[in-house]
Amino acid sequence: MSEHKRLGFVRKYIFSTDHKIIGIQFLFSSLIFMAFGGLLAMLMRWQLGWPGAALPWMEKVAPAGMPGGVMVPEYYNMLFTMHGSVMIFFGVIPILAGAFGNYLIPLKVGAPDMAFPRLNMLSYWLFPIAAATVLAGFFVEGGAAASGWTAYPPLSGLKETMGPGQTLWAAGVVVLGFSSILGAVNYVATVINHRAPGMSFHRLPISIWALFTTAVLTLLATPVLAAAMILLLLDRSLGTSFFLPAGMIVDGNLLPHAGGQAILWQHLFWFYSHPAVYIMILPAMGFVSDILPTFSRKPIFGYHAIAYSAVAIGAVGFLVWAHHMFQSGMNPTLGTTFMISTMVVAVPTGVKVFSWLGTLWRGSIRLTTPMLHALGFISMFIIGGLTGIFLASTPVDMYFHDTYFVVGHIHYVLFGGSLFGAFAGITFWFPKMFGRRMNEPWGKIHFWLTFLFFNCVMFPMFSLGLGGMPRRIYDYTQYPGLVHFAGLNRMMSMAAFCLMASQLLFAFNFLYSLFRGKKAGENPWEATTLEWETPSPPPHGNFAKTPVVLRGPYEFSVPGRERDWQLQTEED
Amino acid sequence: MLLPEGASTIAPEVDRLFWIILWITGFFFFLVQGCLLLFVLKYHSRGGQKAAYVHGNAMVEVVWTVVPAVILLLLTVASQKVWAQIRSPRPITPGMIQVEVLAEQFAWNVRYPGPDGQFDTSDDITTINQLHLPVGRPALVRIRSKDVIHSFFVPQFRIKQDAVPGLPTQVWLEPTKAGEYELRCAELCGLGHYRMRGYVTTEPEEQFQKWLTETKANE
Repeated sequence: MSEHKRLGFVRKYIFSTDHKIIGIQFLFSSLIFMAFGGLLAMLMRWQLGWPGAALPWMEKVAPAGMPGGVMVPEYYNMLFTMHGSVMIFFGVIPILAGAFGNYLIPLKVGAPDMAFPRLNMLSYWLFPIAAATVLAGFFVEGGAAASGWTAYPPLSGLKETMGPGQTLWAAGVVVLGFSSILGAVNYVATVINHRAPGMSFHRLPISIWALFTTAVLTLLATPVLAAAMILLLLDRSLGTSFFLPAGMIVDGNLLPHAGGQAILWQHLFWFYSHPAVYIMILPAMGFVSDILPTFSRKPIFGYHAIAYSAVAIGAVGFLVWAHHMFQSGMNPTLGTTFMISTMVVAVPTGVKVFSWLGTLWRGSIRLTTPMLHALGFISMFIIGGLTGIFLASTPVDMYFHDTYFVVGHIHYVLFGGSLFGAFAGITFWFPKMFGRRMNEPWGKIHFWLTFLFFNCVMFPMFSLGLGGMPRRIYDYTQYPGLVHFAGLNRMMSMAAFCLMASQLLFAFNFLYSLFRGKKAGENPWEATTLEWETPSPPPHGNFAKTPVVLRGPYEFSVPGRERDWQLQTEED
Repeated sequence: MLLPEGASTIAPEVDRLFWIILWITGFFFFLVQGCLLLFVLKYHSRGGQKAAYVHGNAMVEVVWTVVPAVILLLLTVASQKVWAQIRSPRPITPGMIQVEVLAEQFAWNVRYPGPDGQFDTSDDITTINQLHLPVGRPALVRIRSKDVIHSFFVPQFRIKQDAVPGLPTQVWLEPTKAGEYELRCAELCGLGHYRMRGYVTTEPEEQFQKWLTETKANE
């Protein structure tokens, strides 16, 4: 192991090449962005709960968007567009792939750092640049992008319908794509080349299988997104017609575009954005697969099935993109193809869920905070997964497409799934990252409040969807047929405010424990993988001497041994 | 809160599939949530019992891969049957009524071909945000857009089809019940998306013909 020289503050904590610091930078940044994205959602819930009601103090924050404190439709459209974009691009993807990918991969494979530490630093620093570009939209004429996070042209592609905020949005997403790709290159290279002696692929923790698959997905899919964004930028700024057909009439003017295809964008966008859903869920599944054995004190049930199902989900995940497009005007026969692939992807997903249940079966379960979040993940993800089957069925999707049913579904996957997975990950690895433990009772209260209020906000969305309420509408009371949902919407809004407020408890616990938490020691959870064999926090270079791996990652309760866990490097 | 009452020949087919999927997913929902709760309660480490040292079971793993796969396959076949029925192009028959819906920010322009059965002739009948259809007669709705993407969504018909500029689309349907329904734009189309609302009236043939004549007279 090479000598690591002492570094000044700036090189150590700001422009650091240490994967652990970069992981923590991603963690802090994405938590801040998620809080911001949550606040945007609160404003939306205000409008949906009490349509047209004034919020006078908001006039100071957004004079154009909320004159007199009353929200205008354009502002509502900006809110859901930025909520989706911030949560997905600057919240969930960076916290799962950026924070945990960076922090965990070298530690768990037994490497001193990532394969390309400088690229890694660049990957982090592109991220705030991308975010600043996208968010700058709020300060330009016409406001931020307002065509949804999916940005379907022609709405997003015309200067006549979307202002410069949309251009900034597309440019920012391209920059973020570079950040993702640089990270992914690193993860793939590190897992392939920098595993410690004895760390065969079949001894890798499932979290690494998941992060590795995610990195491959990112590498293959992100360039397509970048291409789509660049074409959109050209359509917007140079007058090309990639997505813009002939004959469009906006505000009474015939536009000069010709020859473009509006739904080409949808193919390109979803070719990235559907794999992106797996980018946002596979790592969370990986964390849960590490946490469940640890707190069940039992080897994971069906290691190979779980590992290969991650790969299968990743592979088939590339062939399902057009299930977002069943009603888009695409050839219906193509719809059939994508229905089949979508149903297929449910099989490995089911295998994972059943294997987790198998892991709990006959275990000796410790209900710690990370374990509660992991169990919450499974419980919520099941709802997200099962509701996906309705949407996979082409005729049933014809009814549910673009209704609140889809909004409910995506939130069960990305909040109920990814975010509970992220909470599980944070509470589980916090002691390793900062050398201190988070407060358990506060953590448990935070879990239960989040679990309760989350369901109160999101479950009624399925009802709204069944009632045919379209998503992305500023004032549903415009439809007499939807007015009876007023009470339900108000209840959901109140639950949403409580959900947001509950996160203060988490923020407080996080910050307090950072400085005042109990000292953690090397292995506070009595876990088995390599990161628990080095001090908390691990020094620059991670391991005092290169670990030699002797066994699989989840050897708990091995018969005939005094301790109920056996480290991956421990001699028999 | 369940689905609104259907009003087209498609609706019972879609609803049947919906219920089949609800029963199947409902079963798995209770099965998995039940096991989760049961295992957590039963195997909660209170007395410090030791966990079983088990790495898996090939038989069980095959079963829980194959059984869902078979169920999903059957669901796919059932869905495909309905999908083909709804979406496959149909020949234009003499009894079929044709109507064009041209979406724009933020209104639905509705056009009937008039007595000669041809569009773009002087006897075309046009309305805004009012789509009338006779009960019991198959209809072909041609959907287009003038500007951005919109989506033609009539919940009671269980029909949704995007209106895409430069890409004419169409849906076939047959209203089965007289009534007034809302036509909701389901694809974000700009700041007025939320108020892009039309009305669909399904009525007996005579009333429909009367309405057409009156509409033409008022043009």
